[in-house]
Amino acid sequence: MKKPFQTTAQRSSLWLDAWFKLRKNRMALFGFSVLLILCVVSLLTPWIAPYSYEAQDLMLGATPPSVAHWLGTDIFGRDMLTRIMYGGRVSLMVGFIATAVALVIGILWGSIAGFVGGRVDAVMMRIVDIMYALPFMIFIVLLMVVFGRNILLLFVAIGAVEWLTMARIVRSQVMALRKQEFIEAAYSMGLSRWAIIRRHIIPNTLGPVIVYTTLTIPSVMLLEAFLSFLGLGIQPPQSSWGLLINYGVETMEEYPWLLIFPGITLSLTLFALNFLGDGLRDALDPRASKD
Amino acid sequence: MALLEVNNLKVYFHTRNGVVKAVDDISFSVNSGETLAIVGESGSGKSVSCYSLLDLLPKPPAVIEGGIANFDGEDLLSCSTDRMRQLRGNHIAIIFQDPMTSLNPFLTIGEQLIEPLIYHPEKSQRLNRKAARIEAINLLDEVGIVNPDSRFDSYPHEFSGGMRQRVMIAMALINKPRLLICDEPTTALDVTIQAQILKLIKQLQQTRDVAVIFISHDLGVVAGIADKVLVMCDGKTQEQNTTHKVFYNSTSDYTKKLLSAIPSGAKTKASGAQQGLDLVRVSHVKTYFKDFSNSENSPVKAVDDLSFSIKKGEIFGLVGESGSGKSTLGRSILQLAPLTAGSVHYSDTEISTLNPNQLMRWRPKLQMIFQDPYASLNPRMTVYETLAEPLLYHAIADKKTVAKQVQQLMDDVGLDRSSVLKYPHEFSGGQRQRIAIGRAIATQPEFIVADEPVSALDVTIQAQILALILSLVEQRNLTMLFISHDLSVVRSICDRVAVMQQGKLVELNETEKLWDKPEMPYTQELLKAIPPANPA
Repeated sequence: MKKPFQTTAQRSSLWLDAWFKLRKNRMALFGFSVLLILCVVSLLTPWIAPYSYEAQDLMLGATPPSVAHWLGTDIFGRDMLTRIMYGGRVSLMVGFIATAVALVIGILWGSIAGFVGGRVDAVMMRIVDIMYALPFMIFIVLLMVVFGRNILLLFVAIGAVEWLTMARIVRSQVMALRKQEFIEAAYSMGLSRWAIIRRHIIPNTLGPVIVYTTLTIPSVMLLEAFLSFLGLGIQPPQSSWGLLINYGVETMEEYPWLLIFPGITLSLTLFALNFLGDGLRDALDPRASKD
Repeated sequence: MALLEVNNLKVYFHTRNGVVKAVDDISFSVNSGETLAIVGESGSGKSVSCYSLLDLLPKPPAVIEGGIANFDGEDLLSCSTDRMRQLRGNHIAIIFQDPMTSLNPFLTIGEQLIEPLIYHPEKSQRLNRKAARIEAINLLDEVGIVNPDSRFDSYPHEFSGGMRQRVMIAMALINKPRLLICDEPTTALDVTIQAQILKLIKQLQQTRDVAVIFISHDLGVVAGIADKVLVMCDGKTQEQNTTHKVFYNSTSDYTKKLLSAIPSGAKTKASGAQQGLDLVRVSHVKTYFKDFSNSENSPVKAVDDLSFSIKKGEIFGLVGESGSGKSTLGRSILQLAPLTAGSVHYSDTEISTLNPNQLMRWRPKLQMIFQDPYASLNPRMTVYETLAEPLLYHAIADKKTVAKQVQQLMDDVGLDRSSVLKYPHEFSGGQRQRIAIGRAIATQPEFIVADEPVSALDVTIQAQILALILSLVEQRNLTMLFISHDLSVVRSICDRVAVMQQGKLVELNETEKLWDKPEMPYTQELLKAIPPANPA
């Protein structure tokens, strides 16, 4: 025996093992570090940003990167680095919170529908179908009319749309799992339905869920940009990466740095998320090799 | 000179964890009209040795490290890819284990049969569709398909497993091969079907004068069909001799171990049944399923009006072929499949009328062991978690004592304590079944339904698991419903046996009485189909 039985046995679990495996995966660790740095920088932005996000210097106009302005300035003479840093606050927050909302609702909805099956499943999935069919814009506009413009509302609105696909993915996973013998074994052991869902079903759906999550976060960030562009999300002079990219596209030919730097930031986030997602998926699957 | 002569074949797998010597210096030969059986447990390299001859192995990781395979004057191991393709189509054919997955579900079997005839690699030998059809129909007739003319246009799903294997044999024979490799062709089939297929292979071999290599894990199956036997273990030859000598004059300890593991004869332990005490009473149980494939909406009668009772302390055998409803019955007794009618009593309680919440309190007493130890364990839970879950959930152990109890369970089912933190995929099939058994006995049940607990296991492992089950039943005073399609296994451990066919009870008697004097024709047929344990 390598280690004393009691201490290790009680502490070891899927999540702990996953963490040990993740630590050995360099790409995932890189992704994790990048995300961590981005988050820390975003948190500290009000204190470390070189300029104010709304300070305009019309005399300056759009200037390419220089010593004073590392990433250049936009057409109003605002410092790009500062705007990207402030933009990160919004984009990361929307990305993570809206995705978390989608994740929680989607997993619960999908696993209950898939596991219970029958009429409950039919009703729950028809609701999903209806939500799918509802034009997204109308839904958002309705929310805006009822609750007024609010950044929290943005999270709710995006989360409320993104969970639909998650629910479908989880449901199909669960339906395949439900017929497995180990679920029947859990039944015969006398576990309650909820215990079976929590302990046996959800952990086994994690693979596709994690992959889909890493795809959802960037698409949520772009969705925020789209809404902001339409005047429903963030308003200038506030910024977000999506918004910066949108304005950057307009002036791409004259002032390419206005597109390039926010673009690089978003791509870097995307890469980091994908590496981390792949690493997590492998780490959470005990069957993937241990080394 | 033999048709195929293999000398010093070595196939290694270069994996991340080092080199695995799957086949390590194997030599054998087979002549026209002769059957060579290659026998070994899973992982012994018996299939790899044959697949390497046909270049069917994934390379890498597989590397043929050495050897010569002389097929009619040609070395199979060094011939070109094109030549190999010709050989595979025309001279060497292979039949795989699972007839369900070896046929294309989107094409009629006729279409699949004539394909090699109308796209023959040598243009001069190509047939037109009409001629190919006639040829294929003749062949279907030869392998025992009834109404071959109309069945020609049927799809694979319209055939039963045994019929599909016949179609596979027909496909293998269509280009008149001189060597036929059968890779466990009857393992997925019922015992009566197995007997028919074995007879067919033997008969075809004699009429067509082909050489047959028959790969099997089951010495019993081999006994009636092979001329020579090669016993393999861990990639090495353990013994190679005529079938008669291997069975009666074996020189190898390993072969002797394999032979002794074949269940045969009656149960040696006395029955633990307590007279007059019925623990489980099944009366007029019916379990029907909706059949969505037929339009008349008549249900599938999986279990159709069955009544019997199981005495406290006995091992009650339930045998039948696939589709006979025996597994459904086991699940219905445990209330895992809803009853359509009838009742199930456990001691004095009618458990078939309890609601799910009331039932939950009974579950710990009624447990189940499943057939497939690969599917019945949660792949994301360690052994510790799997065994601790029922203990903690039913408050049999608290957080302080659970580790100790898990340890005790692992000792009881013969698992090494140090593997407590491993996941199911890190174990072999037999060890996994031990984990599953450990989970079933964790709640200290009184009654266990064992649904084919050893059918997925090698014969030596099977013997060990059966011994474990027997000793647990004795020590813990268990009552067991033992479901199996393997009559020899049932005979070796059960006190009474019920025979099921198409949802109905055919015969029920004490094991030895049933064996001595089977009353119903179906039972007689089943008993006759058991492959002889020794060559005649």
